[in-house]
Amino acid sequence: MSRYIATRAIRGANALVSEAEAMLEQALGERGPETPVAFPNTAYYLPVIFGMMGKEIGQLGELPGILAHARSLLHPTPSEEHWTPYLGETLDSGMATLIAAEVIEAIRYVYGLQPESMPGFKLAGGTAFTSPDSDGGDGGPDGHLNGAIDDIQLRSWGIQLVDGRMPGFAAIVGCARSNEAAVQIVRQLQQRNILCFLSGNVNGRSIIDQLAEEGVELGYDTYTVPFGRDTISAIYALGFATRSALTFGGLKGGQAREILTYNKDRVFAFVLALGEVDDLKYSAAAGAINFGFPVIADTVIPQILPTGVTTYEHVVSMPWNEIEGADDSEKAKRLVQKCIEVRGVKIRMADVPVPVPYGSAFEGEVVRKADMRAEFGGRGSRCFEHLKMAKLDDVTDGKIEVVGPDLSTVEDQGSMDMGIVVEVAGRKMEQDFEPVLERQIHYFVNGASGIQHIGQRDITWIRISKKAADVGFSLEDFGKILHARFHSDFGAIVDKVQVTIFTDPALVEGRLAEARRAYDFRNRRLADLTDDAVDEFYSCTLCQSFAPNHVCIVSPERLGLCGAYNWLDCKASFSINPTGPNQPIRLGRKLDAVSGYWEGTKDYARIGSHGVVEEVAMYSIMQNPMTACGCFECIVMVIPEANGVMVVSREDTSMTPAGMTFSTLAGMAGGGIQTPGVMGVGKYYLISPKFISADGGFKRVVWMSSVLKEAMARELEVVAERAGDAELIERIADERSVTSVDELLPWLEAHAHPALAMDPIF
Amino acid sequence: MADEETRTPRRKRRTPEEASIDPAVREMLACADLMGLGTAFSRADALAPCNIGAVGMCCSLCAMGPCRLTKEGITGVCGATIDTIQARNFIRSVAAGSAAHSDHGRDLAFTLKAVANGEAEGYSIRDVAKLRTVAAEYGIAVKGRTPEEIANDLADLYIAQFGQQRGTVAPVVRAPKKRQNLWNELGVVPRGVDREVVEALHRTHMGDDQDHVHLLHHAVRTALADGWGGSMIATDVSDILFGTPAPVLGEANLGVLKDDMVNVVVHGHEPTLSQMLVAASQDPEIVAYAKAAGAGGVSLSGICCTANEILMRQGIPAAGNFLQQELAILTGAVEAMVVDVQCIMQALVVLAEGFHTKIITTSPKVKLKGATHIEFDEHRALTIAKDILKAAIDNYPNRGETRIPAYKNSLIPGFSHEYINYMLGGSYRASFRPLNDAIMAGRIRGVAAIVGCTNPRIQHDSSHAAITEALLKQDVLVVETGCSAIASAKLGFLLGDAGLDRVGPGLREVCETVGIPPVLHMGSCVDNTRILTVLTQMVAEGGLGDDIDQVPAVGLAPEWMSEKALSIATYCVASGAYVMMGGHNPVEGRGDTVPDSVLVSDYMRGGWEEAYGGKLEFLDDPQEMIRRALAHIDAKREALGLPKYDPTLFGRSGDARLGEIEEETRGASLEERQAALYGQVAAR
Repeated sequence: MSRYIATRAIRGANALVSEAEAMLEQALGERGPETPVAFPNTAYYLPVIFGMMGKEIGQLGELPGILAHARSLLHPTPSEEHWTPYLGETLDSGMATLIAAEVIEAIRYVYGLQPESMPGFKLAGGTAFTSPDSDGGDGGPDGHLNGAIDDIQLRSWGIQLVDGRMPGFAAIVGCARSNEAAVQIVRQLQQRNILCFLSGNVNGRSIIDQLAEEGVELGYDTYTVPFGRDTISAIYALGFATRSALTFGGLKGGQAREILTYNKDRVFAFVLALGEVDDLKYSAAAGAINFGFPVIADTVIPQILPTGVTTYEHVVSMPWNEIEGADDSEKAKRLVQKCIEVRGVKIRMADVPVPVPYGSAFEGEVVRKADMRAEFGGRGSRCFEHLKMAKLDDVTDGKIEVVGPDLSTVEDQGSMDMGIVVEVAGRKMEQDFEPVLERQIHYFVNGASGIQHIGQRDITWIRISKKAADVGFSLEDFGKILHARFHSDFGAIVDKVQVTIFTDPALVEGRLAEARRAYDFRNRRLADLTDDAVDEFYSCTLCQSFAPNHVCIVSPERLGLCGAYNWLDCKASFSINPTGPNQPIRLGRKLDAVSGYWEGTKDYARIGSHGVVEEVAMYSIMQNPMTACGCFECIVMVIPEANGVMVVSREDTSMTPAGMTFSTLAGMAGGGIQTPGVMGVGKYYLISPKFISADGGFKRVVWMSSVLKEAMARELEVVAERAGDAELIERIADERSVTSVDELLPWLEAHAHPALAMDPIF
Repeated sequence: MADEETRTPRRKRRTPEEASIDPAVREMLACADLMGLGTAFSRADALAPCNIGAVGMCCSLCAMGPCRLTKEGITGVCGATIDTIQARNFIRSVAAGSAAHSDHGRDLAFTLKAVANGEAEGYSIRDVAKLRTVAAEYGIAVKGRTPEEIANDLADLYIAQFGQQRGTVAPVVRAPKKRQNLWNELGVVPRGVDREVVEALHRTHMGDDQDHVHLLHHAVRTALADGWGGSMIATDVSDILFGTPAPVLGEANLGVLKDDMVNVVVHGHEPTLSQMLVAASQDPEIVAYAKAAGAGGVSLSGICCTANEILMRQGIPAAGNFLQQELAILTGAVEAMVVDVQCIMQALVVLAEGFHTKIITTSPKVKLKGATHIEFDEHRALTIAKDILKAAIDNYPNRGETRIPAYKNSLIPGFSHEYINYMLGGSYRASFRPLNDAIMAGRIRGVAAIVGCTNPRIQHDSSHAAITEALLKQDVLVVETGCSAIASAKLGFLLGDAGLDRVGPGLREVCETVGIPPVLHMGSCVDNTRILTVLTQMVAEGGLGDDIDQVPAVGLAPEWMSEKALSIATYCVASGAYVMMGGHNPVEGRGDTVPDSVLVSDYMRGGWEEAYGGKLEFLDDPQEMIRRALAHIDAKREALGLPKYDPTLFGRSGDARLGEIEEETRGASLEERQAALYGQVAAR
C-alpha cells in the first residue's frame, strides 16, 4: 500500500463494517434471527465468508459473529508522521470490507433488494436455446440486474476458464469517462474473451448505465455480468473467485490461505477502477489484493509497484487523459493491454480480419428478428456446413470464394440458402479430424459480434445483424474468420485452408447432397468406434490448472465429463500439441472387461492424479469411479432405496430425491475426490452402451432431470430401443413428478421401472 | 595491565565532538569535563589497549606463564604455538559470550516454568499463539490443553536443553534442512548448551586441545549452542511471557529523561524485572507514592538491551546505548539506575556517588561494590518491583540540579519475525514473498544486519551511522538489534519517514508500500536469533537459494566490544553469513614479524568459508566494510542468477504524484482539483 491508499482503505473499511452492523441490527429486529439468508442457487452459502471463515451461514442470527470477526480485522488509519507499518493492516481491513459487503448483500437479498432493480433493463439470455427468437426466461426477471452468480454458471464457465478460452475476469468498478469509452473498454475485454463483472458508480452513474444506454447486451451469454450499480455488489466477483477455488481446486471452506493463493496462482482476474476512487473502492480493492488481484485505475492514484501479494504490480495508475491514442477505442485498447500485462493474463487470440469486433465473448450474442439484416437456414431457407480434407496441392490457402448472389441481393430481414464448404489440407491432417474441426465452425462464426450461429451440419442457422451489415460485414467474411481461426487454433495439423460459400440454390442443392453423404459416413464410423476397437484411450488434464489432482480418461464410448472433449477431440489435440494435456494411454492387457480396467489405465490413474487415486474403473460408479474437476454436465448418484441411480443436470436447480440440489451434490462430486456412488459425467455418456455398464447400465436410471429428457429425446429413444424397452424413458421419474425418495419408490413401482427387479446395486 | 597504563605516555584527550557523533553525548561529555569527572570515553583515552593482548598473543592459562609470544618461532613454556594460544583465547571468549546469552535464556525458562505453575507473582502468558506454535514445533501436544499445561512442558524441554548431555539442542530443527545436514556432517550440532561451554573451557585448560583448527571447530559448536540454543530460547520465552513485539512508537536518547518525574533507568539485558517495573510504575499505589513525593509520577527508561526489551514491547523510551550509561547519571535527573546482567560498568557506582542516583543491583549473579542490592526473585516480582520504585521515589527529594540534554528522536521498533511475516501480507496472506520478490527484482539489493555494541575506542555511533546511511542509499534493507539499533534510532533511521528520503529508489518503494522504516529494529542482542529465523524463512519462501549462505546478505558489528559479540559472529558465520566486525581481529597477530600469528584469522576467513559458506573478518575502515558488503551482496545476487542491481529501474510508485498534483492545483477550485485527479467525470 501507499500510506495514502492505506489511509483511505482503512477508513472505508471502518465505515462499511459499521454500516453492515447497523443494517444487521435493523434486520434482526425487523425479521428475526431465524430468517434464512442465502444467495441464489449456490451450495457455498455466503461464499466469501464460507471460504475465508469456514462458516456455513444460513440465518440472519449467525451474522453478528461474522461481523465481530470483520471488526477484529480493522485498524486505525496510519499517522500523519511516525507511522507504523500499514500493509498487513490494510489487507486485513480489505478482508473486513469483503466480509461486511457480503453480509450487506445477504441482508439485501432478505429484503428483496437484490438483484438490484433497474426498470427497463433485460439480461442477455441463458445458455441453452434452439432459436434466437425464443425468450426462454433463462435471463432472469426483467427490470433487474444480475446480482450474485449462481453455481450453474460458474460450472458452465469452468471448462473455458481452465482450458484458457476464457483467460480470466475483470471486475470493473465505477463509471467510464464517456459512454464511448465504456463500450470500447468492454469490447476490448470481450475480444480477449475476458469476463467482465460490472459494478459501482461515480456520482450515481454506473458503467452499467453507460453500456445499457449504448445497447450493449449484458448477461452471462455476452461475458458481461452487471452485478449492481454500487461498489458493494463487486463482492460477487470475489464470491465467484472463492467458489472457483472450492469447486475446481478441491478446497474446503475455511482454507482461507489456500483459497487466496489458489486465486493468485490460477485465476487471472484484476480490478479495473474507472473514475474517482473513493474510500470504499480503495477498501474493496485492498480486499481484492488479498486474492492476488491487482488494481488498475484510469485516474491518478498512488501506484504500488513492488510485487509479492500479487504476482506483478499491486496498483497501477493509468490516467485516461494521459493514455496515448487518437480516440477512445485506442485508449481502451492500451488500458486493457496494461491490465493484461499487470495480471500476467495469457491471451490466446487470433487476429481475425473482419469489420466487426471479434472474440468468444460475442459467442452468446443473440440477433433478434427485429435487429436482423438476413438469415441463412431456419424456417425460410437451407444452410449447411461441411469441412473436408483435401490434398495439399488441391487447396489454395486463403482462397475465399462466394459462388452465387451476394448479401446485397437479400431483402431486409429476408433469408437465403447458403452452404459453407471448408477444404483443409495438412501433412498431419487425418480424416478422423474432419468432424472435430467442423464442429469448431459454430464457435468461430459466433465469435463475430452481430453474427449468430446455431446448430451444425445441415441444420445450421446463421443470422447477420443490421449493425454488422452496416459496418460492412459480407459473406466473404465467414471465409476470413474460418481461415484465420483454423490457422491459429489448429495450425499444427492444418497447413492450408480454402473456403467456398455457395449461395446459388442449385449449387447448394448439389453440395448439400455431398455433405450429407459425408455426415452419414461419419455417423457409421463413429458407431464403429468403440472402446474395444482402439488400443489407446486419452488422458485429459486440461483441468489440472484448476483441479490439480483430477484426471479424465477419455475413451471412444466415454467422453470427458465437461462434454467438450471426446476421444477424437483428444486425438486431434494430441496431434496438435504432443506435449499438451491430452496424452495417449496405451491400454495394454485388459484386466477386467466388465468394470473396465486395463493395465494402462491403472498405471495412468495413479500417475495422473499424483497418487491421490489408486485405480479407476471406466464403467462403474460403485467401485473406483472416475473423479471430476467441477465442470461436469451432469451428476450421477446412487439412490440405494431405489436400487438405481439418478442423473441431475447442471441446469436443473430443483430438489432431487437425494435431498440435495445440484449445487450441493457438486461439492461431493468435484475437486478430484473419488467418492463411490457419486460421479460427474458428460451428458452424452448417458447414451453410451458403456454407461455404468458394470453396474447394470442405463436401466439403473430411476430419476433424471427433465431438461435432459427433453434435450436428448432422440438419443434417449435409441437407448430405450437398445435396452429392449421402448417405454423405458417414461418409466424414469423427474423433478416434475418426484422430488424425494419417499415419492420415488411408489412412482417407480407404479411405472414398473426395471431397476426394482435388478440385482442389488451394492 | 596496571603497569601498562603507567608506562604508556598520556594520550591526547578527544574532544566531545571527536568522541561521539551524538549531540546529547557531546553535551554530557562537555559537562563531565567541566565537572572533572571521568567516563569510559576519557578512560579509553587515558588507557591504551595492551598491544599484545589486543592481538591474542599472550597466554595466561597456567602458572608457567603468562607467556607473551611476540617473536617468530618462539612458543609458550609448554610449547604451545601462537596459533594454539590465539585459538584458545578466541574460544574462551566465545564460551563466555555463549554462556552469558544462554544463562539469560535459562533464567527465562525457569520463569516460564514458574508462571506455568502459578508461582510467579504478577506474570502471565501474554502470547498464547506463539506458545502453541513454538510448542508444536517441538512436538509438544497443544490440542485441548491449557496454556499453562503447554508452557510447563515447554519450560521442561527448554530447561533440559542446558544440561542435556547427548543428542541435539532442540531449536536446531528450525534451521534450513540443508544447513542442519551440513552441521551434522561436520559434527558441530550442539548436544547441550552447558556441555559445549564446559567442553570449551576443558579443551583450553593447560595441556588439552592444541590444534587451532580443532579448537575453532569447537568454537562453532559452542557458538551454535548460543544462537540456535540459549539465545533462541531466551527470545521465544520473552515473547511468550511478555508478548511478541509489533511496531509501536517510542523515543530514544537522553532527552527522554523527565524533569518533573521520578526517573528510573533500567540497564542490562533481561526483560523479567524490567517488564514488572513497567507494570509497577503504572500501579496507582506507586503513582500516588510518587505524587506524594512531589513528582508527577515514575518515568521509566532504559539503557542497552533491557531498554530494547521494553521499548519494542511497550514503547518505553530508551535513554541511550551502552556508552550512555554513565552519561545518564551525569544528567543529575536519575533517581535510580536498576541493573541486572551484562555490560554494566563498575564505574557507575563511583560516578553515582557524586550525584543522588542510586545504583540498584538486582541479579543474584551481579553485585557491584558500593551499590544497593535488592535481589530479584520472579516468585515475588511485583512486590520487589514496587520496593525498587519506592526506593527511587524516596530518593527524588535528594535530586539537585539537572542537565537533561534536549535531544531525543522518535522511532518505531518491534519487528519480530512474526510481525514481518504479517506486515508483508496481512492475517490471511502473511509470507516473506514480497521481501523475496523485492530482492529478486532488485528493488532491494540485499539485506544487512548491523548489530552489536558501541565502543569508546571508536567515535561513538559513527561507524553504525556511516554504514547504515551508505547501505540505505544503495537500496540495502537494514535490520538491527541491540546498541546498534539505538544508534540508528537516535539518527531517525527507525521511522517510516526515513524510508522516503534517506534511501535508494527501490528500497523507497518497498518502504512506502509496507509503511516500514528502512532500518528494522528487531530487538535486543539475544534477538539476533530473530535474524536467523528471518533468513531461514526467506530461504523457505523460495527464490533465494536453498540455504542461508546463498542469500544476498551480510552481518556487521562495526563498534563491537563484548565477548557475546564474538559468539554471535561465530554462530552467524556457521549459519552461512559473511560477518564483518569493526576494529582489529583480537586474535590476529603481526604477520610481518610472527607469520604464524595470522593462521587463526586466515582460517576464520578461508577455512570457515569453505566449510560453512560464511566468513569472519575484522576491518578498521567503515568505508571498506561498505565496499565489501556491497561486493558480497552483488556476488550472491549473481550466483543466484538475479538481475544486476540497477536503481534506475525503480522508484515510480508511491504517494509523491498526489503531492505534486496537490501542489500544482493549490488555490484551484474543488472542481478543478477533482478534474486534475479524476479527469472529466462522465456527465449524464
